[in-house]
Amino acid sequence: MDVMTLINALPGACAQGLIWGIMAIGLYITYKILDLADLTVDGTMATGGAVCVMMMLNGYSIGIALLCSFVAGVLAGMVTGFLHTALGIPAILAGILTQQGLYSINLWIMEDKANQAISVDKYDLLVSLRHVKGVPFYQNASFVTILFIIVIIAILYWFFGTELGCSIRSTGANPNMSRAQGINTNITKTLGLMISNGIIALASALFAQYQGFADVNSGRGAIVIGLASIIIGQVVFGKIRGNFAFKMLAAALGAIIYYLVLQVVTWMGLPTNFLKLFAAVIVAVFLAIPYLKRKYFTKPVKRGGVEHA
Amino acid sequence: MLRINNIFKTFNPGTINEKTALRGLSLELAEGDFVTVIGGNGAGKSTLLNAVAGTWKVDEGSIFIDDADVTRLLEHQRAKYLGRVFQDPMTGTAANMQIQENLALAYRRGKFRGLRKGISHKEQEQYREQLKILELGLEDRMTAKVGLLSGGQRQALTLLMATLKKPKVLLLDEHTAALDPKTAAKVLDATDKIIGKNQLTTVMITHNMKDAIAHGNRLVMMYEGGIIFDVSGEEKKKLKVADLLLKFEQASGGGMMNDRMILS
Repeated sequence: MDVMTLINALPGACAQGLIWGIMAIGLYITYKILDLADLTVDGTMATGGAVCVMMMLNGYSIGIALLCSFVAGVLAGMVTGFLHTALGIPAILAGILTQQGLYSINLWIMEDKANQAISVDKYDLLVSLRHVKGVPFYQNASFVTILFIIVIIAILYWFFGTELGCSIRSTGANPNMSRAQGINTNITKTLGLMISNGIIALASALFAQYQGFADVNSGRGAIVIGLASIIIGQVVFGKIRGNFAFKMLAAALGAIIYYLVLQVVTWMGLPTNFLKLFAAVIVAVFLAIPYLKRKYFTKPVKRGGVEHA
Repeated sequence: MLRINNIFKTFNPGTINEKTALRGLSLELAEGDFVTVIGGNGAGKSTLLNAVAGTWKVDEGSIFIDDADVTRLLEHQRAKYLGRVFQDPMTGTAANMQIQENLALAYRRGKFRGLRKGISHKEQEQYREQLKILELGLEDRMTAKVGLLSGGQRQALTLLMATLKKPKVLLLDEHTAALDPKTAAKVLDATDKIIGKNQLTTVMITHNMKDAIAHGNRLVMMYEGGIIFDVSGEEKKKLKVADLLLKFEQASGGGMMNDRMILS
């Protein structure tokens, strides 16, 4: 166990964590704000990269390619929203159906190949795993991704403070009340799914650039990594009182912690094969903690109860 | 203001749980009418309010609010006409949003929600004034999350939200039933105050016969999905709880009394 191997691997883990941090912010919108588990993301996390890489291979600029990735994600979210709200399919199942359909679509986008490589030497990529150290800071993968995170959080912070954004938040908080206040909860739910998947597709596009290829399987288990990031962020930074923007930032930081931990456990000798099992166990444990705490470690309330107005 | 024509509603038709909750009910409210609705469990009181609110569509009949036919409108489409307070204090507010955010959501009922700010500084002042009416000190806690409030405070807030934009009809579904007697009296006081000030057309369901007599200008008794007694004006003022019990006994053949009605 050479400490230098670990230290050398850290900048890469950090950059990767930041990219998944964008994904975690997207997932935060459905999981935390809308209060539904959207499994579309496992598909979207491959779609964004596929669209981005194929567009660039066909000569489009990075800007256009990223924009199209975002739109592709938005459309995927819209399909899930339609299945869920217009056709009454439970949210989890609607997400699974879209995800399944996306697998074929992703292959179709990548011209029937399971992966498509793109070289940072020939194309003007924003981030690359070869640009994690020893390059000018403005080319550094972590730096570029941090810029993305700041801009995305700023836009989302503004948006969820608008009338429309507030109605999406209230839909997640209390759908009955929202309808009583004249909010079409079908539209707000769909809108939330669209924005969420758009951001996740963007993360996917960055991830494909970072790796140097788009892969039809790169989204497998994405929801678990996203949830792990959100939960780790909540556990580590939850005590710090913060506004909405900080909570999204916490999810992104959670992703970095997650990747650093992964790096450490592989360095300590965990076969890479077991990484997915490790991720699943982490999420299960952190999801179970609040429940078990309530059930077994709640202090009995003193006689007379707590004063309430 | 509110016109209900011969509405029917059957739940779970064709199953063992089939239940006809409304049987040809008709009711007409003039502008400014404040009707209290009483009746035993399963009489169809809440079903009546849900029919007006559009939680689902009625099987037969029609509903007009202020001459607009709302029979086929969805719940959120009817919301611009209606203010609603529910029995469960958790139902009417969003717990993890601020008091002022909840009010701002209600203030935009029936309006297009775009990309303007969710809550403006000018509104905040307005809400502070409105919250003072409730006399609960909520005006000093406008940025607190609603989840921190007690049941009574939440109901009072929901009441304010329901009336912030003057509704054509205010629907109160046993909105004090889940509160302790002292708090219930307070919320009812606030209800009277707000309804009186804005001259609101109101339908209030209650289990408490004394409340039903003491509030409003008209009283309606429901039984098995229809109206069996409708009294207003001077006649209503003279009403005693004993009269209502007698009416109820006559309608139900004496055997259907329920404890909550006797005790209250």
